[in-house]
Parts: sequence; C-alpha cells; structure tokens
Amino acid sequence: MDQTEIQKKIQELQSLAQKSSVDIQADLKRLQEKLVEGRLTPQDIWKKILLARNADRPTTLEIIQHISENFLEMHGDRAFGDDTALVGGVGLLDGRPVTFLGHQKGRNMKENIRRNYGWAHPEGYRKSLRLAKQAEKFGRPVITFIDTAGAYPGLAAEERGVGEAIARNLRDFALLKVPVLCFIIGEGGSGGALALGIGNEVFMLENSFYSVISPEGCASLLYRDASKAVDAAAQLKNQPTDLMSFGIIDGIVPEPDGGAHADHAMTAAHIKTQILESLKRLEQKTGEQLARERMTKFLAIGRFVEEGGPKANFFQRLFSLNRKA
Amino acid sequence: MALFSGVFDRLLGRQQPLPRDITFKDERSFVAQKHSCPSCHEHLEAGELENNFYVCPKCGHHYRINPSERIRTLCDPGSFQEFSQEIQSTNPIGFPGYEGKLGEAKAATGQGEAVTNGTATIDGRKVVLSIMNFKFMGGSMGSVAGEKLTRALLTGLEKLQPVILFTTSGGMRMQEGIFSLMQMAKTSAAIAQLELARIPLFVVLTDPTYGGVTASFAMLGDVILAEPGASIGFTGPRIIESTIRQKLPEGFQKSEFQLGKGFVDAIVPRSELRKTLAFLIDTHPTQ
Repeated sequence: MDQTEIQKKIQELQSLAQKSSVDIQADLKRLQEKLVEGRLTPQDIWKKILLARNADRPTTLEIIQHISENFLEMHGDRAFGDDTALVGGVGLLDGRPVTFLGHQKGRNMKENIRRNYGWAHPEGYRKSLRLAKQAEKFGRPVITFIDTAGAYPGLAAEERGVGEAIARNLRDFALLKVPVLCFIIGEGGSGGALALGIGNEVFMLENSFYSVISPEGCASLLYRDASKAVDAAAQLKNQPTDLMSFGIIDGIVPEPDGGAHADHAMTAAHIKTQILESLKRLEQKTGEQLARERMTKFLAIGRFVEEGGPKANFFQRLFSLNRKA
Repeated sequence: MALFSGVFDRLLGRQQPLPRDITFKDERSFVAQKHSCPSCHEHLEAGELENNFYVCPKCGHHYRINPSERIRTLCDPGSFQEFSQEIQSTNPIGFPGYEGKLGEAKAATGQGEAVTNGTATIDGRKVVLSIMNFKFMGGSMGSVAGEKLTRALLTGLEKLQPVILFTTSGGMRMQEGIFSLMQMAKTSAAIAQLELARIPLFVVLTDPTYGGVTASFAMLGDVILAEPGASIGFTGPRIIESTIRQKLPEGFQKSEFQLGKGFVDAIVPRSELRKTLAFLIDTHPTQ
C-alpha cells in the first residue's frame, strides 16, 4: 500500500467508527505505524509543506472554538503589552476547565497584519508563561497549538529580549505540575515553536512540519540559494513520520481528505479525541510525576556515540539523588 | 537559528536586499600577519596578546579565544580535569555532507566537539565548567554539545558545585535537524533541575552568542555576565536587515546594548573575570 492508500484506509476506519461506534483503535494504530515506515519523495514532502502553510487551515482560535465551550481569551503579559500573534485563555473541554495557548496566524492580508503572520514578540511568550502558571495554580491542563514560522526577527523583539522570553518558557514549562499537551497544527519553526512545545505528550497534524530551521533558511545558508528549498525540506527530516521514528513526538493526528483546510470541524474533532485520550492517561498522575516525566523525556533526547558505551545510568543516578533532596 | 527569510519576503512580495557584510574575520591571524590591532590599528604583536588575556592593551578589544586559552587565563594552573570528552557526533538524520564538515572542524580545532567540559578550581574554589568553541562549526549546538552541557549542569548538581558556562555560538546545528532544536529544551530542563536544587549557575556571554543558545541556557543563569563588546542576540543583524529591512541602531546587540536593555547583570573585562567569578561563588553558596 502506498501512503495515500493507507491514509484513505485510516479515514475510512474513522468515519466508520464515528457512525457505528466500533472499536477501531487497534486497526488505527497498526495503520499509523505503517504510515510511519513509508518513504516520501522530496516532491511529496514539498506538497505537505505547502499544505502546512495553507492559509485556509484551521487556526488556533478556530480549533479552540470547535472543541471547547465558553472560551475566554486572556490578554497581555502584565509587563509590556498584548501580543496578537500568540493567544491564550480558558475554556471548557467537555465541562472541565483547560488553558489553551497557541500561535495565531491570519487568513488574509488584513488579518495577518494584525496577527503579525503568527510571528510572536517576547510579550507573547511571556503571556503564555503567565497563563501556564495560572493554569498550574488552579490545577488545569495546558493545551498548546503550535503554528509559526518562528519568533519575530526584528529590532523590537531583540530589544525586549525574545531570546530570554523563549528560554524562560523552556525552563519553566518543564517544571509545571499539570498535564501539558502540544499540537503542531501547521508550521513548527525553530525556537519560536519550541517555546510552546514542552509537553508531556507532543502531537503533529498529518500535514504539519517541525524543524530547527525553515527549508528556505536552510537552503540559503547551505547552498546560498533559497530555491533549493525543496531539497532542503527533504534533508531536514521535518515530517511527522520522521519525528515519530526519532521518538520526538508521541503521535500523528490524521487530517481529512485533501488536508485540514478541507474540513475544519473534522480536524478539530480528531484533535479533541487525542486530547481526551491523553488527559485520561495523564490525569492519573501527580503533579510531581508529570513534571519529572516531562523533564526526563527532554533530558534523554539526543543521538551520539560514547566510547566505551554510555556511562552507567547517568540520569538514573541523578534522579535518585534528586529524590533525596 | 531564526532564519526564515524566504517566507516573509514571499508573503510581502519583497525582493531580497543585499545583506550588509558582517562576516567575522579571523582577527588573531590578522594580528599575526599585519602586526596591528584590527580595532584600533595600533602596532601589536601576537605575543603581546598572550600575556594580556588576549585583549588589546591599547583599546581593550577582546579577541575570541578557544577553550584551552580560556582555561589558561581563568583556572588555577593544573586544576582543570576534562570530562565527557568521549562523546562523539553521529549523523542522526543522515544529512548530506555532515560527516565531512565534522571532520574538517575536528582537524581545524584539534577538538572533538564545540563544547569542552571540566572541573577546575578558580582561586581555590571548586567549579564545573562548560566552554563553547566558536571555531568548531560556529559553536553550533547539536546532540553532543547539548549532552555535554547537560552533563556539566548535572555534574554541578551531583557535586553540589557551582556551574559556569561560557557561551559562543551561531545557534543550533541545522545538520542535526529536530535533534538540535531539542537540545534547547534539554539544556533548559537540566537548568530547571538546578533551579529546584538551588545550585548556582553563572553564564559568561562571549562574542558572538546567537540563536537557540541565547534562547536557552545563555539567558538562564542566576547571574549573567558578558565580555565587553560581544555581540549577543537571538536573530543576527544580517537576518533582521534582510527579512524585515529594518535599520539597526549603532552598537546593536553589543554587550553594552544588552546591559542597557536589562538582559546582562554586568560587563566584566577578561582581566577581572577570575576575581569576579570568585566573588560570585562566595556570595552564592550551594546548600
């Protein structure tokens, strides 16, 4: 079976399950694993990159509207201002309060000027940390939607310390004592994306990508030619299936036929199913467990070789030490 | 590294302007060949630099130094004990040409990676050091650099000793794709551990410190020092000028600029660094 056939099969199963409430989890898992093993050509990947950037894809606020009731957007970082490129607030998810955070892109030029194309300034990252800490105080899960080419590469962002704002998010999200779930819904670009990506579980939409650098940026740095972006996109291994095989993400959320933009409601429904499934698992755990597991997971990421084999249980030793403290 | 030039230009239908030339010259070889300081143009012999912390005695220009020069100018003689040097890079995402680039960097620097770890004493005080090397692929951070920094941080936690990080980097190593991006999360999670255990972390920002390094451990020290005249930021001036076409002010992203904006505790000349760090270690005891 090739990629599209597998995807079709998954969608068939899902619509079948919706109609007749048959248990399809086992079949779905098997097919998604198959999808991970498949190989895409650079042209296939480029099509998916364009889909991930499609202006008609559901945005953070639209997904929140679809999956939650009574969402109240909360503004401002309490220090400088409100960043419209990164939004957040509290909503009800099947009756329980959760905190939503996410990058917000616009659909057209006018909206994009207001939303700064989803490129957040430091205020946006400081707002997201404020709201995450508020969620921790009141024991609410935090759910983030990542969709940005990166943090804003401009004078104002530098003057107000965008590096510091992202760094603080990375450190303090690791310590949160509530479940954190992250969804890459479109572009996952560099540090600006990662700042909302420190989750107990991280998922990617089928046509999203997540990378240290944009394909264009990589091509212009490496080949001094941004038009080589198609090749760079494939070389960066930025696809959900790649990240799944690297063990960086925990799952891939399927999109409707043609892509997420074809059916916002269905895309949102798939995301909601994943949120509920993950929360069921994570809400069994204590706050300390959640923070510890999140930290351990990120501490273990990296591929290298060590002469004489890995030094015995470096992290285990550390965590037994830390428990005593 | 925040380089998304193509996207923004495409969205706004703009053409790429010619970037201002800010390529960093190797200033030390300039001194060796021309016998003058590229900053103040005074007569200067390379030998003079070695005896003056690699700082121009006339204008105070701080030259970039490598980890062994840092150790020599900072630590008590013979106290430095390297660790975790056995960790080596692989090609985790199979990026074309990466092995070749690594080989070149190893040959050019005589070092295994862009980070050197060790324990040492500074005026008799025990510390854990992690020192970056800009000459090794622009000090870029991949899996090995991330692992080494993390081990330095956690060694401080284990030994209850202060950790000092010397940063210099162009950002994340794109040849390792998502693995390099995740090193920002990894090092920050290690610092979160230090935060819980109240282990002091001192960061010294040196020229240049950019990208994901600035957006992670470089900005998370309990005390953040900078060497004079260092360039420090998230997005570099060339990228800002070519993507946003913004005019940048004089002295943009220099240590003095960052001090004024509130992101650096103090600017410390290299000759004062030993004394300052000793004072900080004394005033920030581990519990």
